[in-house]
Amino acid sequence: MLRERGAPSARPARARSGWAWLGVLPFFVFSIAFMFLPIVFLVVGSFQDSADNLTLKNYTDLQTGIIPNAFANSIEISLVTAIGGGIFGLLLAYSVILGGLPRFLRTALMTFSGVASNFAGVPLALAFLFTLGPLGVVSVLLKQELGFNLAGTGFRLTSKIGLELVYMYFQFPLMVLIIAPALDGLKKEWREAAENMGATTSVYWRKVALPILTPSILGTMVLLFGNAFGAQATAFQLTGGTINLVTIVIGAQMRGDVLHNPGLGYAMAMGMVVIMGISIGLYSYLQRRAERWLRS
Amino acid sequence: MTAGPAIGARAAGAIEGIELAGASVKRRRRGPGGSLAAWIIFIIGAVYFIVPLIGTFFHSIRTRPDPLLAYKQVLADPKFAVGLGYSFAVGVVTIIVSLIIIVPTAYWVRLRLPRLRPVVEFVTLMPFVVPPVVLVFGLIRTYAAKPFVLTATELGSNFLLVAAYVILSFPYMYRAVDTGLAAIDVRTLTEASQSLGAGWGRILWKVIFPNVRTAIVSGAFLTLAIVVGEYTIANFLARTQAFGPYLSQLGQNQPYQPAAVSLISFGLTWLAMGLIAFTGRGARQRVQVAGAR
Repeated sequence: MLRERGAPSARPARARSGWAWLGVLPFFVFSIAFMFLPIVFLVVGSFQDSADNLTLKNYTDLQTGIIPNAFANSIEISLVTAIGGGIFGLLLAYSVILGGLPRFLRTALMTFSGVASNFAGVPLALAFLFTLGPLGVVSVLLKQELGFNLAGTGFRLTSKIGLELVYMYFQFPLMVLIIAPALDGLKKEWREAAENMGATTSVYWRKVALPILTPSILGTMVLLFGNAFGAQATAFQLTGGTINLVTIVIGAQMRGDVLHNPGLGYAMAMGMVVIMGISIGLYSYLQRRAERWLRS
Repeated sequence: MTAGPAIGARAAGAIEGIELAGASVKRRRRGPGGSLAAWIIFIIGAVYFIVPLIGTFFHSIRTRPDPLLAYKQVLADPKFAVGLGYSFAVGVVTIIVSLIIIVPTAYWVRLRLPRLRPVVEFVTLMPFVVPPVVLVFGLIRTYAAKPFVLTATELGSNFLLVAAYVILSFPYMYRAVDTGLAAIDVRTLTEASQSLGAGWGRILWKVIFPNVRTAIVSGAFLTLAIVVGEYTIANFLARTQAFGPYLSQLGQNQPYQPAAVSLISFGLTWLAMGLIAFTGRGARQRVQVAGAR
């Protein structure tokens, strides 16, 4: 008996563990070949001038031409849709989970959010063009039936606000999907405890629920920011590349050297990676904070 | 506060009484049909969700005299079938390659290299940090120049496309497989297989893989949904036959057909998500933050 328990012979022998890393080799080789190596090539290129000499000029040149404006536009659109989509997604998730709406609406919303958060890029841009574009169904309907000229208000689908409206289509469903488990995680005991001590609904929300949810909400908004910041296809299809965004400029640079300096394109790509890296880092930090309370 | 009377009514202080009252808190807090504010928010959301779809639908049937002309033209256009077929095939190959890489890795990390776990997780999350447009930029810079010129041939470009999609699939695949592995006793299953004389390949294929099959289905369908609609990477690798670039081109050249194809594309996304929900059976919905934006 003792011998059987003490000698787990099938357990991998310690002596072989020196070779254990071979098992994960394919994963690392693949990741290096098709992700890290390309990034390294971009990094190297971003520190080289056209004659392959080491330089920092590409990074200082990020302050020239259309580039600062591209970064500003990308950041603005991502911020607006992250905060707007985050708030609206939270309210929507709240209304179906805690707002007392019939149960089937919750199922419908979750299903639709799953689809809508994946319905992006070219078909999404086209759907909005056919609806709110100059000849879109809704634009025409408004004009014919109500005499309301949408274009007359200065609204353009190809403008920043138009793009923001379109981005919202995949932004707030993502918020709904991520925040719903957090709302479900609010324990009823916390509410009861607060009520037993005389807290009203608003006090409960301000002092208990919102502080617990804040890391989740902020974390998801940061994720939404990155989600919009990296988007390229939707904006390109919607505007034909006329809007000045970081991803659009990088795309144009790939087609033909529009910046007249390959190194500058690589530096721009690095700028993007840095901003995305910061947002993902912030997201995982906030996520850990959120899990402290919402571990079920 | 509304739960107060329910607690006081019977068996004051009895644990069961409080539990029962607690259970009814959620339902009692609002009126039977939900608050007005909740309805308003929901309706705004629903209108915003649905109007672009209805708009696209009406646009797609604007053709006269035959309102279904756009659909007939699309279905008769060989480019549509080629685009869908090509992207679907790329998606399937992507899923297979991704599984071949991820399943053994996740298994091995759980069994033998738990200390490597944070590193592997970090690598699988990298596609969130490197947007598709930057990834394809780097791939072109790396593989359009000596010594590895892959973009010069069809085969090489297709290979690069699959490689890029496999990288994009890592976050979902790894998490899906790892969740599946967490639900089974990897070590005991391995030891049992070994004591019956199975080798590593046999253990992975005959024991581990069937046990995580349901878990990976959601990752697989999500990958398919991303790949079939993807535009940026396919476009810059000059895969003009792929579904994304085909639809983009159509959107610039044709008045009504793109509306029909957009709706079909929405239907396909719906189908993929429906299959995830169906096979996942209550599993938490996975969310996509990289890919076809």
